[in-house]
Amino acid sequence: MVATEPDVRQSDLPAPAGTARRHGRPRRPGAGLTPYTFVLPFFVVFGAFGLFPLIYTAWVSLHKVDFGTPEKMTWVGFKNYSTLLHSEFFWNALRNTFTIGVISTVPQLLMALGLAHLLNYQVRGRTFFRVAMLMPYATSVAAATLVFTGLFGRDFGFINWLLGLVGFDHIDWQAGRWTSQIAISTIVTWRWTGYNALIYLAAMQSISTDLYESAAIDGASRWQQFRYVTIPALRPTILFTIIISTIGATQIFGEPLLFGGQVGHSGGVSRQYQTLGLLLYDEGWRNSKLGYAAAVAWTMFVIILIAVLVNATLARGRQRSRD
Amino acid sequence: MYTVRRRTRALLGALIVGTLAIAGCSSNDKSDSNTGNGANANAPVTLNVRLFGTFGYKEAGLFDAYHTLHPNVTINFSSIQQENDYYPVLQQNLNAAKGSIDVAGLEVGRIADVTQNLSAKFTDLNTLGASSQESSFYPWKWKAATTTDGKVLGLGTDVGPIAIAYRTDLFKQAGLPTDRDELAKKWTSWDAFLAMGAQYKAKMGKSAFIDTSSGLYNTILGGSVKQYYDESGTPIYDSNPAVKQAWDTAVKAIQEGLTGKVNQFSGDWDKGFASGSFATVGAPSWMIGYIKGKAGDKGSGKWDIAPGPNSANWGGSYLGIPKNSQHAKEAYDLIKWLTEAPQQVTLFKKGGNFPSSSVAAADPAVAGYTEPYFNNAPTGKIFGDVAAKLPVQIIGPKDGAIKDAFSTALLSIETQGKSPDEAWAAALKNIKNAIG
Repeated sequence: MVATEPDVRQSDLPAPAGTARRHGRPRRPGAGLTPYTFVLPFFVVFGAFGLFPLIYTAWVSLHKVDFGTPEKMTWVGFKNYSTLLHSEFFWNALRNTFTIGVISTVPQLLMALGLAHLLNYQVRGRTFFRVAMLMPYATSVAAATLVFTGLFGRDFGFINWLLGLVGFDHIDWQAGRWTSQIAISTIVTWRWTGYNALIYLAAMQSISTDLYESAAIDGASRWQQFRYVTIPALRPTILFTIIISTIGATQIFGEPLLFGGQVGHSGGVSRQYQTLGLLLYDEGWRNSKLGYAAAVAWTMFVIILIAVLVNATLARGRQRSRD
Repeated sequence: MYTVRRRTRALLGALIVGTLAIAGCSSNDKSDSNTGNGANANAPVTLNVRLFGTFGYKEAGLFDAYHTLHPNVTINFSSIQQENDYYPVLQQNLNAAKGSIDVAGLEVGRIADVTQNLSAKFTDLNTLGASSQESSFYPWKWKAATTTDGKVLGLGTDVGPIAIAYRTDLFKQAGLPTDRDELAKKWTSWDAFLAMGAQYKAKMGKSAFIDTSSGLYNTILGGSVKQYYDESGTPIYDSNPAVKQAWDTAVKAIQEGLTGKVNQFSGDWDKGFASGSFATVGAPSWMIGYIKGKAGDKGSGKWDIAPGPNSANWGGSYLGIPKNSQHAKEAYDLIKWLTEAPQQVTLFKKGGNFPSSSVAAADPAVAGYTEPYFNNAPTGKIFGDVAAKLPVQIIGPKDGAIKDAFSTALLSIETQGKSPDEAWAAALKNIKNAIG
């Protein structure tokens, strides 16, 4: 009986007297404190650097605060949020975040899946390819973005030069809505594909070869094996990467900021690639409206929570229907 | 017994880890050991100087010269190129309990914000003896950094009188006159300037006459007394005829194809100096050193400067001392020295920054200076004449944000093909969002 995923519904209550002990742990009073002291440092740090800023940001978002004088907070209740929801800049940023998120996540995860599948075979130089794949992830966001911005330059960029070689006009990557978003998504995809591919690869390697052999005996082609053996076994991993990618896509900040140079903070000359993260920085740091920026931050948080819940529910729903 | 021993060990382990964490998180006070309040006048002091753009002090060797005069003072200098990126960093530093900036650069576009909203966060330089310096500065320069209750928050560094820097070789190719006096006579108005641009465009297809639409707009508006605010501090950006006139002229230049479609201080703009993608720049005096750097040795002798159709100012900064600095007295000594007339003369000769000290401006070394890189142009006289005619301008707290919005809107007409009315409306919306 090979369990392919932990059974998350297993109860953690102590077993009733008389039944076999579940985990071999001694169930004596007083021993229960030991594990908590081990995890305490993490929670102390999380409380100070994670939980407290979260709550304080919510508190700031209920006030009008100027960046230059953060000690002066004027209570405004939910006015920041209502201004936000009526602001066309917010909806524009939300739309941009969604489109950049989709363009950067969907092809990236598909490519990562394909790459992982290819690297699962016994090819020569496997280790080299695996290391090479992870190297983009190891670069700094700033350095990578600046290099790509140069590549996507309008007059002197490498990509426009290539296009010119095959007879196309130079594209002003920064000016157009779709061209700029594709350029930014390229930077994000370049960075994260290898990372996700390695995660899929690790999961794939835990799939028993017996399943592949029996599928092959039943006459399944390579593609069918991939579809009916690999992907179902990878379901929890795929769900994990989708959730992480969604969180990351909602927070995209460094790439568009540096892509635009001087107009990066506003997401281009007419906000064509301004994401929620950029809106937060623009309103808080450039327009000095810290309370409003805090409202943007908490709205992003709520959006991420909703997206993750939707993801997880959909996945659970599919799983339950298959059981 | 077995369980108790395990528990004790676990608790002991957690205690050790906790203690290590607390010890690791506490600050290292070694660097603050020099904070005696004037205990020893020659105690070693490190001053953190944070500037933006091109103040030119380091390049002119002034920091090294000061260190030679005061060997106990070490200057730790760093600069952020874009002022827009620098200002939030400065604001954050102002609110720290123990400041890490001793000397802060303040751009003229921000000085109103400083005097009106942030006066509590800067040291009143009068308490350190600044009133003795007042007479050596242009009165309007001194006044701009003074609050309504008389506190002086910054000493003036330079001013930015604007003249037109142009490429003599490109002008020759286009059949235009290259002599600066002749050009100055021809450039009687902005329409005349644009007309010459049309002549240039007819002969030189790929190269743009004017570097950027935003540069042109700022040069035109920089000559007005009232820009975005009036005397009472009310924003007038949407009704001021000077703003509309500058906007319309810039739009005309865009529609006639005379501008370079880039942002100033962007990578493409930097490259344009050497590659000749534009022929003229409305150059404030502090940009002279920048142009020399970007155009390189190849450009020497290919550039010249002529007075433009108006007398305009762009930039000019101040040096202030944040209230939370640990070394206010030593920092004041430094900024006093840096802004004294002899140093302003040195800075002009080495970097081109025009003095904000009327004493320095009158110095023959400044007034008679000719710049070899720019074809021996008498930059001291050209910029001095413009500086003398500069109006006393009204600066508002959010000038920078408003200027940004208009510059971006002009660029959207150039690069995205937006109509001027659309771009104007978008600019107004952005401004209302930023300051409203």
